[in-house]
Amino acid sequence: MKRTMRRSAIREELFGYACVAPQLLGFLLFVLGPLVMVFVYGFQSRNLLTGRVSFAGLANYRALLGDPLFFKSLKNTLVFTLGLVPLNVAASLLLSLALAGESRVNSFFRTVFFAPVVTAAAAWAIVWKFLLQGDQGVVNQLLGVVGIAGPNWLLDDAGAMAAVIVTRVIKNLGMNIVIYLAAVTNLPHELYEAARIDGASAAQRFRTLTLPLLMPTTIMISIITMIGSLKVFDHIMLLTQGGPSNATMVLVYYIYFQGFKVFRTGYASALATILFAIVLGLTFAQWRLGKRLSYQEE
Amino acid sequence: MSRAKALRAAGKGLSVAALSVAGLPFVFPFWWMLTSAVKSPGDVFGRLSLLPSKCRWDNFAEIFSYQPFARHYLNSLCIAAVVTAATILLASLSGYAFARVRFRGRSALFLVLLSSMMMPAEVTIIPNFFMMKQWRLIDTHVPLVILGVFGAQGAFSAFVMRQYFLSMPKELEEAARIDGLGRLSTFARIILPLATPAISATAILTALDAWNSFLQPLIFINDLNKFTLPLSLNNFRDAYGSPVWHLQMAATAVSVIPILLFYVCAQRKIINAMVFSGMKG
Repeated sequence: MKRTMRRSAIREELFGYACVAPQLLGFLLFVLGPLVMVFVYGFQSRNLLTGRVSFAGLANYRALLGDPLFFKSLKNTLVFTLGLVPLNVAASLLLSLALAGESRVNSFFRTVFFAPVVTAAAAWAIVWKFLLQGDQGVVNQLLGVVGIAGPNWLLDDAGAMAAVIVTRVIKNLGMNIVIYLAAVTNLPHELYEAARIDGASAAQRFRTLTLPLLMPTTIMISIITMIGSLKVFDHIMLLTQGGPSNATMVLVYYIYFQGFKVFRTGYASALATILFAIVLGLTFAQWRLGKRLSYQEE
Repeated sequence: MSRAKALRAAGKGLSVAALSVAGLPFVFPFWWMLTSAVKSPGDVFGRLSLLPSKCRWDNFAEIFSYQPFARHYLNSLCIAAVVTAATILLASLSGYAFARVRFRGRSALFLVLLSSMMMPAEVTIIPNFFMMKQWRLIDTHVPLVILGVFGAQGAFSAFVMRQYFLSMPKELEEAARIDGLGRLSTFARIILPLATPAISATAILTALDAWNSFLQPLIFINDLNKFTLPLSLNNFRDAYGSPVWHLQMAATAVSVIPILLFYVCAQRKIINAMVFSGMKG
């Protein structure tokens, strides 16, 4: 009896390993292994075209410190993120408050705001590139109607950055609106009732109730959006290719440029290692904050 | 009283007006894409008009002769289908084992899998490229399928499946096993059919993810015949590399319309699934 028990437990274990093996082995081979390799490549001099590989020590990282384009790409990534995240969070908060509650109007507008989220980033960027052409572009013609002379958006340093930020916000806003909506729906009505009886104005209720109560959601949304914007690539590639004169050269585009345009794959790997460190740090922060906030709720 | 009512109606009207203005940049690109798709080359720029002066349906024929667009469409469809099927298979198996099978190291291995949800594909793309090059898989769809299945989306799918299996009553399996079904057939015949909601959510997300993928096709595919849709859309260019706008808009419309229709039909399901995945970061 005991022996059959043990045998069935072993069979159970084997069944378990067999079930998880395909996915875990694939993960080891195609994700974790390459992650280790990108770290190793960072210490090598590699050329994609000639295939030459040699140990380079810290040369890539030293070169990095003397590379103005690297710092420019870091700065651009920062500007992109700092422009995108507050705009995205503020707009999605306001729109989710406006769209809370079940009505036909609200569900129609939710459909509208979410539509770009399901659309391919490539399609979205291509259409906006069309809309953002110089004098002939639709955006500038529309601005012209109200008497504003828009720049040639994608060929102007500041204009290009503003354009990639705003069009990216529009693309992904629906996602954050819906996450906020879930939190807004769960706001405690009694508190608002009590505040109203006490004579608090709408602005006061927003400041003293809505904002603090939504804070956990706001922090989570901010970090998720931040990580997403640090990794932006397709949008930049299709709208500006990092231009004009590197004004929208962000970190991932620079990795692509170094690795696959000028074939310095060792250098690009060092850049990728830095990107990984930044994303890891943010993910960790998100995890820590999430833990703290959920304890507070309990 | 009636004054309050009138005020409320006015307020409501005002908020609808405000939402409409805010919604404009979300809808307008689709509208402009659709109308430009049937404009003639001379009409795409010039005087601003909400409707084309004359519909040029030839655009839709031309996109197929300009480059192997049908082929690209088919490539994208096949890749999305294969990635989705393989992901469902692997993710439901591992999700089930992580939820219901007892084996040593289960929670540690699960954490390992979870960690891959936050690995940016952008970081590992260079070693992936060398690997695929060594295996002579450049200019094939194999890397797109492999990285689609084993990347963050695959790990996330396993996570979704596990959560779903955890919520199912254990008694179901016990009953099936008392009836003499083996482990695998219990899973395949009893458990899996009950997991359709989780499977369909996973399938929607995985298919969209594969369909929209841009970086990987860009890196692994150079051969025009192997292009996927996002690459193809960007490839309607003249000899000088400038976009051929009317064809590009027609092709983009053809690629976006089916997704939008699907979205409008299965809206609630898609939004819920995507938001759940959005929270993963």
